[in-house]
Amino acid sequence: MLFTSLPFVLFVAVLVVVYYAFVPHNERWGLLLIASLAFYFFADPKYLIFISVTALTAYIFAILTEDYNSKRKAYLKEHKAEWDADYKKRYKTVTTRVTRLLLFFALLICLGIIAVTKYTNFVIETINSMRSEPLSFVNVIVPMGISFYTFQTVSYSIDVARGTVKAQRNFWKFLLFVSFFPQLVQGPISRYGDLSQTLYEPKNFDFRGVSYGFLRILWGYFKKLVVADRLVIALKTLTGSPDEYKGAFVFVVMMLYAAQLYCDFTGGIDITIGIAQMLGITVKENFDLPYFSKNIKEYWNRWHITMGTWFTDYIFYPLSVSPTMLKLSKWSRQHLGNEVGKRVTVYISCFAVWLATGIWHGAAWHFVVWGLMNFVVIMASQELEPLYAKFHGKFSFKGRHWYSAFEILRTFLLMSSLKLFDCYRNVGLTFKMFGSMFTTFNIGKVFGGSLLELGLTRGDYMVAFLAIIAVFLVSLYKYLRGVNLREFLFDKYPLFVLSCVVLFLCIVVFGAYGTGFDASQFIYNQF
Amino acid sequence: MDELIEILKDLHSDVDFETCTTLIDDKILDSFDIVSIVSEVDDKFDVAIPAKELIPENFNSAKALWDLITRLSED
Amino acid sequence: MKKITNNDNLIKLYYIGFALLGVAAAAVGIWYLQKLLVPKYQRGVVEGSMIAEYYQSEEPHEVLFLGDCEVYENISTVALYRDYGISSYIRGSAQQLTWQSYYLLEDTLRYETPDVVVFNVLALKYGEPQSESYNRMTLDGMAWSLTKWNAIEASMTEDEHVIDYVFPILRYHSRWSELTATDREYVFDRDRVTVNGYYMRTDVMPEAGFPDPTPLTDYTLPETSMEYLSRIVELCRENNIELVLIKAPTLYPHWYEQWDEQVRAFADRNNVPYINYIYLRDDIGLDMSTDTYDAGLHLNLSGAEKFADYIGDYLVSHYNLTDFRSVPEVASMWENDIVFYDQLRDAQNAELAEYGQLQSWGANAIEN
Repeated sequence: MLFTSLPFVLFVAVLVVVYYAFVPHNERWGLLLIASLAFYFFADPKYLIFISVTALTAYIFAILTEDYNSKRKAYLKEHKAEWDADYKKRYKTVTTRVTRLLLFFALLICLGIIAVTKYTNFVIETINSMRSEPLSFVNVIVPMGISFYTFQTVSYSIDVARGTVKAQRNFWKFLLFVSFFPQLVQGPISRYGDLSQTLYEPKNFDFRGVSYGFLRILWGYFKKLVVADRLVIALKTLTGSPDEYKGAFVFVVMMLYAAQLYCDFTGGIDITIGIAQMLGITVKENFDLPYFSKNIKEYWNRWHITMGTWFTDYIFYPLSVSPTMLKLSKWSRQHLGNEVGKRVTVYISCFAVWLATGIWHGAAWHFVVWGLMNFVVIMASQELEPLYAKFHGKFSFKGRHWYSAFEILRTFLLMSSLKLFDCYRNVGLTFKMFGSMFTTFNIGKVFGGSLLELGLTRGDYMVAFLAIIAVFLVSLYKYLRGVNLREFLFDKYPLFVLSCVVLFLCIVVFGAYGTGFDASQFIYNQF
Repeated sequence: MDELIEILKDLHSDVDFETCTTLIDDKILDSFDIVSIVSEVDDKFDVAIPAKELIPENFNSAKALWDLITRLSED
Repeated sequence: MKKITNNDNLIKLYYIGFALLGVAAAAVGIWYLQKLLVPKYQRGVVEGSMIAEYYQSEEPHEVLFLGDCEVYENISTVALYRDYGISSYIRGSAQQLTWQSYYLLEDTLRYETPDVVVFNVLALKYGEPQSESYNRMTLDGMAWSLTKWNAIEASMTEDEHVIDYVFPILRYHSRWSELTATDREYVFDRDRVTVNGYYMRTDVMPEAGFPDPTPLTDYTLPETSMEYLSRIVELCRENNIELVLIKAPTLYPHWYEQWDEQVRAFADRNNVPYINYIYLRDDIGLDMSTDTYDAGLHLNLSGAEKFADYIGDYLVSHYNLTDFRSVPEVASMWENDIVFYDQLRDAQNAELAEYGQLQSWGANAIEN
């Protein structure tokens, strides 16, 4: 069930009404579980098996781990007096190994499922490209949202092992955390510690929350249907015949894709968070005005935030502060000098993170290269920082408005060029097309009517352009004021209602849905 | 404590680490800095900060970080 | 516990009031935009206006014609009245499929019960939904009822959804960029395009032969359409309506001998008359060098009057029909129809005299 399908809209509408009208406020989480399972069931009953296995595994191992941990702590306390320090240390080491083993098995099963379903064919394809006799592909289904719920369960398992969250002993409540339907389509990746508080507590009807949620859902649909699904038509044509659309067209692809991806992804997240908000649940924000970032590091702190922090907390940190890495760090500082040596471990961890990020985005080499390109750019900007500092020491541009605007534009262009990997979905082709921007000069052709041959009419471009302006202005409001426009609107309630009505009518009339428009799947679905 | 402040000053000379309590929340320290701090702390204090302690509460101020180091070294 | 004061209630009222106002505004907005965005079928392709036009017709109808262009272009309802006093209506529409005819009969019965129903058999050859645009022209005009819902369910092609019929704006929303002057002119009202379902054309283009019919692999008429024909028979029987099956005298699309036999057998089995007018073209007096406007596909006014003359004779001699010319209230209504009919004819003839072809009707009138 796609966000933009009518059954989904009806599903949510019925859920919200039943939720508040017919279910006692402390049992509302139960209805959410039923709805989430139904959502999965209607998509494909087989998905339910996959998600249940993952949830059950994490559930059981978490309880085992927690029980074992409390037992060994109690045992240690009991015998504190009789044991010497050495024995205590040994006891700790051995028991820690047990908990590690438990965690290892939990992760093996959860990550095993995603590895098999999502990456088997990728591996086969890669092997085939190196051999003369090709292996045949296997027919596996990729369960909807598997990357998102697997990451949620993995972080839960690790957190329980670390002792930072308490294991959930009610399986149904835990299953709701794993399967909470609005975020199955394209995230965000919630942490158990954040979501559990808001998910299970009794909920009362909160007029302001429900209103915010409703407007946010409309806003999400507006971005998705009016902008993203419209631009995707032109993008398909442009990237479908790369030989025909070189040079300046590649720049057009960059711009269109930047708008399309942003509106599609943040629109989807708006719908997700909006639905959750209408249900009285707070979901972590996944975007914080990413296109206003002044450098690439900042960009990755503002784009797909929950994924970034996930990789930081569960790959980057554990890897870079592991005993092996610390040893390596020491060694390299001694042998390579302090300046270089300091960086070795950070670079290795960072490389691992971006490799994983690339693979997580999709089972394809262009994603891997895209991830590594991000690594390269981040490292480069890190290395150039002293140079920048010197530069800024000489000239006092920094902090001036025009210089901030320049930084924002520079970061935007840089990130948009990296996204070309995702557009052309082929590493060699992407480099070729990027290069053609500087070798093929055909701006005249682009504006000589070619844009009207891509499947969009003049009116379509007009609508998309105006909608993007609207999206920009709303973002700008938040950037300058630091609060969301909806809060201002709510205080002038008739204006709030008017916004809802206008958005609704715009979505219905100008939305790119139905016959004549390709219904494009959310880009992050099945990620 | 002074040694710790020195480590921090090495990373960002322009920050007043004695008083600042929002090092993470205001994005003064990023993940790269934190990893550097962990390895320096390991070096100078022989205290290994495990991954589970890498949370904002422990890094928001020099004081919090010092408390963490003290706690870990007692264990 | 906080005491609920009047003030709190007022604030609540303020929020809820505006929220409800918003819902109402959205509903009105959608209603208006839908009216604006749906195709109007007022110029060029007027076939989409026919089904809805029936509900405006005031006089009682004793004879009801069902079928596709072979009825709505070939039979002049005014000629039937002028010559025999028959008050009839043609609920015809472009490529009307058999189940659509059935449901249109069901729909008509909600308003009146005719004495005779005449069904043209050409559509029996279709056992599957054919095209969305024809579906739309037949179904969108129907008034809402369970019958319409069933008609939609029976008619949809693979890519269609009921919801698009319930809210046509979902289907037509992208027309915002191609609205014509006609769309803006006919948001709320439609002009009359037929005379009791008869679509008049006065131009002439002689019949010039048709390609030889291609042999078919299977001549069996589809089960679906035959089953709906049976349901038409049944429905007529339940309502004491006489059913007549006809094949209009036009030759294209080809009406195969094998089909003819099957329909004849069906008619015999069910004890209803079946008349194939292809064999009676000479008796009708059709001169296909002057009686057709599109090389023999459909009849023009002259042909439609001749055919009405002929079929009217059959109807009055076999069924006990009222001569409405002597029922003053009905006659006065028909007088209005005749005035419209004559005006339409004169207007078309005037254009023919001026331009040699029609400008405001047919292909030339389609707006881009």
